[in-house]
Amino acid sequence: MTNHWIDLKNSDCVLIMGSNAAENHPISFKWVMKAKDKGAKVIHVDPRYTRTSAKCDMYAPIRSGADIPFLGGMVKYILDNNRHFKDYVVNYTNASFVVGKDYDFNDGLFSGFDPKKGSYDKSQWAFEMDDKGVPVRDETLQNPRCVFNLLKKHFDRYDVDTVSDVTGTPKEDILKVYEMYTATGKPEKSATIMYAMGWTQHTVGVQNIRTMAIVQLLLGNIGVAGGGVNALRGESNVQGSTDHCLLVHILPGYLGTPKSKWADLAAYNKNCTPQSADPMSANWWGNKPKYVSSFVKSMYPAATPEKGYEMLPKLDAHKPMTEYYWLSMFEKMNQGQFEGFFAWGQNPACGGANANKNREAMAKLDWLVNVNIFDNETSSFWRGPGMKPEDIKTEVFLLPCAVSIEKEGSVTNSGRWMQWRYQGPKPYAQTLPDGDIILKLTDKIQKLYKKDGGAYPDPLVSLGLDDWQNEHGHFDPHGIAKLINGYFLKDTEVKGKKFKKGQQVPSFAFLTDDGSTCSGNWLYCGSYTDKGNMAARRDKTQNDAQANIGLYPNWAWCWPVNRRILYNRASVDTKGMPYAPKKAVIKWTGDKTKWQGDVPDGGWKPGTKHAFIMRKHGFGQIYGPGRQEGPFPEHYEPLECPVKTNPFSSQLHNPTAYQISSEEKAVADPRFPFVGTTYRVTEHWQTGLMTRYQTWLVETEPQLFCEISEELAKERNIEGGELVKVSSLRGELDCVAIVTKRIKPYKVHGKDVHLVGLPWHYGWVTPKHGGDSANLLTPSVGDPNTGIPETKAFMVNVSKIKRA
Amino acid sequence: MAVSRRHFLKLSAGAATATAFGGLGISLKPTVAKAELQKLKWAKQTTSICCYCAVGCGLIVHTAKNGEGRALNVEGDPDHPINEGSLCAKGASIWQLAENANRPQTPLYRAPNSTEWKPVSWDWALTEIAQRVKKTRDKSFQLTNEKGEQVNRTEAIASAGSAAMDNEECWAYQSLLRSLGLVYVEHQARI
Repeated sequence: MTNHWIDLKNSDCVLIMGSNAAENHPISFKWVMKAKDKGAKVIHVDPRYTRTSAKCDMYAPIRSGADIPFLGGMVKYILDNNRHFKDYVVNYTNASFVVGKDYDFNDGLFSGFDPKKGSYDKSQWAFEMDDKGVPVRDETLQNPRCVFNLLKKHFDRYDVDTVSDVTGTPKEDILKVYEMYTATGKPEKSATIMYAMGWTQHTVGVQNIRTMAIVQLLLGNIGVAGGGVNALRGESNVQGSTDHCLLVHILPGYLGTPKSKWADLAAYNKNCTPQSADPMSANWWGNKPKYVSSFVKSMYPAATPEKGYEMLPKLDAHKPMTEYYWLSMFEKMNQGQFEGFFAWGQNPACGGANANKNREAMAKLDWLVNVNIFDNETSSFWRGPGMKPEDIKTEVFLLPCAVSIEKEGSVTNSGRWMQWRYQGPKPYAQTLPDGDIILKLTDKIQKLYKKDGGAYPDPLVSLGLDDWQNEHGHFDPHGIAKLINGYFLKDTEVKGKKFKKGQQVPSFAFLTDDGSTCSGNWLYCGSYTDKGNMAARRDKTQNDAQANIGLYPNWAWCWPVNRRILYNRASVDTKGMPYAPKKAVIKWTGDKTKWQGDVPDGGWKPGTKHAFIMRKHGFGQIYGPGRQEGPFPEHYEPLECPVKTNPFSSQLHNPTAYQISSEEKAVADPRFPFVGTTYRVTEHWQTGLMTRYQTWLVETEPQLFCEISEELAKERNIEGGELVKVSSLRGELDCVAIVTKRIKPYKVHGKDVHLVGLPWHYGWVTPKHGGDSANLLTPSVGDPNTGIPETKAFMVNVSKIKRA
Repeated sequence: MAVSRRHFLKLSAGAATATAFGGLGISLKPTVAKAELQKLKWAKQTTSICCYCAVGCGLIVHTAKNGEGRALNVEGDPDHPINEGSLCAKGASIWQLAENANRPQTPLYRAPNSTEWKPVSWDWALTEIAQRVKKTRDKSFQLTNEKGEQVNRTEAIASAGSAAMDNEECWAYQSLLRSLGLVYVEHQARI
């Protein structure tokens, strides 16, 4: 989230799209309802009418997989009706940038497409630069090749009739949503978006979010109280685990993983550190070499930064990144590439798309380690449906771990608040906290390499474990939290301040690239300083300006530098005066007292730096030339879809989507005529591993079901409560039918399209007769940028199970 | 005088509770008072954060001071600025996540082609895993790729997980995986 949960109360209009917040993030709704009580409009756009819809001012149905038309139509509506906030658009977005002559868009394809590779030459989308190397801008927005006019041209095709024809949303609903939402394009108003996996789990997931970011930038809704682009993250520490980069493409703090073409640290720094020739651009990522050096020093304290870099694994520069991502990983596992697999605190036998394949793939492993609270479909895959244990060679270790209340440490919520947890009971029976399992295993492996040597033992031998453990040899969350923050490795002077060896680094502004500082994650620098553990703070004191918008700056800690609202320099004009004085985030109060309110995005005087400090050129990106499928969003149908044509172009699918060519897809296929989608219920969580063993929860939601409309039920002669079979090209599931008025057919290209919705929480291990995972049906296709699978829109059939 | 539960906890934390009641001159309903007294007498209180979605609701965990030292109760933290004491159905069931007889008591091992689990010790399990990791890594390690570029990696071990771990655990885990040379490192954020 650019903003945070409490900040929802400051909004004038809350759009919930791609999420069912009332059921899946129930406590968030406390703050949505506070906004509504103060007069905010709350809108839900979703394939299903849910408890979220029931609490909203308006609900609009949409066919799953048609979000870009809906939002692209909103962009057009804003531009046609002059609803944008002109000062903001000119001052803070790249609307005024002139795009180079090579950029073009024709019939669904941008310039630079290579059909053989299925990818673009992105250099053709570059901005025009002046002789100093600064992007050319036209602040009058008159230049026909400035982003503003190219945007207008691009979305001109997204008229409300075509949008309605593709989304299945009634025209009057579309216009009502546009009218309500775009009314916030005024300086004193703000609107927010709450989205979740309903937007990410598509082959156009990133562009769904980009389209909304464009809407927010046009309306001046980013950096302000009650605004932002807010991903409702679904796991207690999925924010923190992403920040610390349990992901192939990034190192802690979003530093790109080294690639094979960058032979040493100097080459990495040269190629990965953005340079800006504009003195007004803070270009914060220009500091990257300091963060990389401090990161490798946190892992390998005795090595030079250069040696530390050498020891990191490198990805093949000549392969697309999706080759390394989840879907490809399971494809390669199924082909027998891996001997060993750690499924640590995860249940991919139920959680991953095309789960039947994942289950079969695990039988190709020599060894599998699963760390979990309970036995589950992954640890016990060898005794699952259709498996013959006698034929499965895989050795399996199930390591039982402590639950959250049995250990100490921090988690980072969706609003980037790092919050400390304390130990209540000690771990149950012989279970251990994950940290102790990691420490013991690392220690054993390190000892083996120290004793016996082996292939390239350097990184394992060099890994510094002193901060990982206390004097009893137990995992020490404080030691690691201090290491993540970082400390000085020798007496040194940075920016005129002297520091002693061993002192905690007070903020990332003091990190260095010469090996004199360590910091496990620069974004968390400031979280555990000489003043103590900031994440453990429980002080609700606020000054009037902070209390006015509910910032709670002394409660816990928030990255970066305890800034609660990101890009907040865009909430003020070039003089530092808030656009919305009644809900000011920051305000310039003079040379002595400077900025008041939230921690500003850099302490420079107003008007001296561009507002979007993490962007190379300093502007919010309406035009985003870094994405795989184009600098502007464009509608493409899901890789499995109910239609053969796309009225916006002759390009039916995202031409760059990740897919496995040998796996068939159902496109307007009469065998699988209905759109399938997956979702969650309040009483269960994710694969159900942490909820299916609790009788309190299972009593309320005991088994898999599918939801269908009365119209589809009639067509298939299904009554509510009857057992049905839902099938796709990849698998089938038996479940109970819920026939409901909450789903209605969508009118798409003049014909009825039906939805079949299923929760994905179940699995064969427990409860008995609870059914299996909805991911048995979902396809191994994904977004070309993130690799996230398209589990929100795929094609299924549903039929009544006839009893003998 | 109206006394909220949060005030009650604050007032009673440092003092003998019976005296605190007397000093306040208030009357709580006797049953409520008795329950609260039991909790404070027999349990230590710690704060935590909910382990389900990422709203980050605050919890108060009551743990028995004697006997097995198990959790007696988990409830919303009324002082927490986000949830202000509220919890959803899942958050309200965390007690049953911890106090659950279905939790395995020891590590379990399933041998190749076996039809059953076998309980094993931690030391045995971790020693065996460490040996397998080393064997697979040593056999598969690539100093260079097919283009002759330095890569220092293994493509024979993969990892998935975990957004359920604490920050400090995630950081330590990524350190282990990257030191082993793993490039197939994925978790919940990718799906």
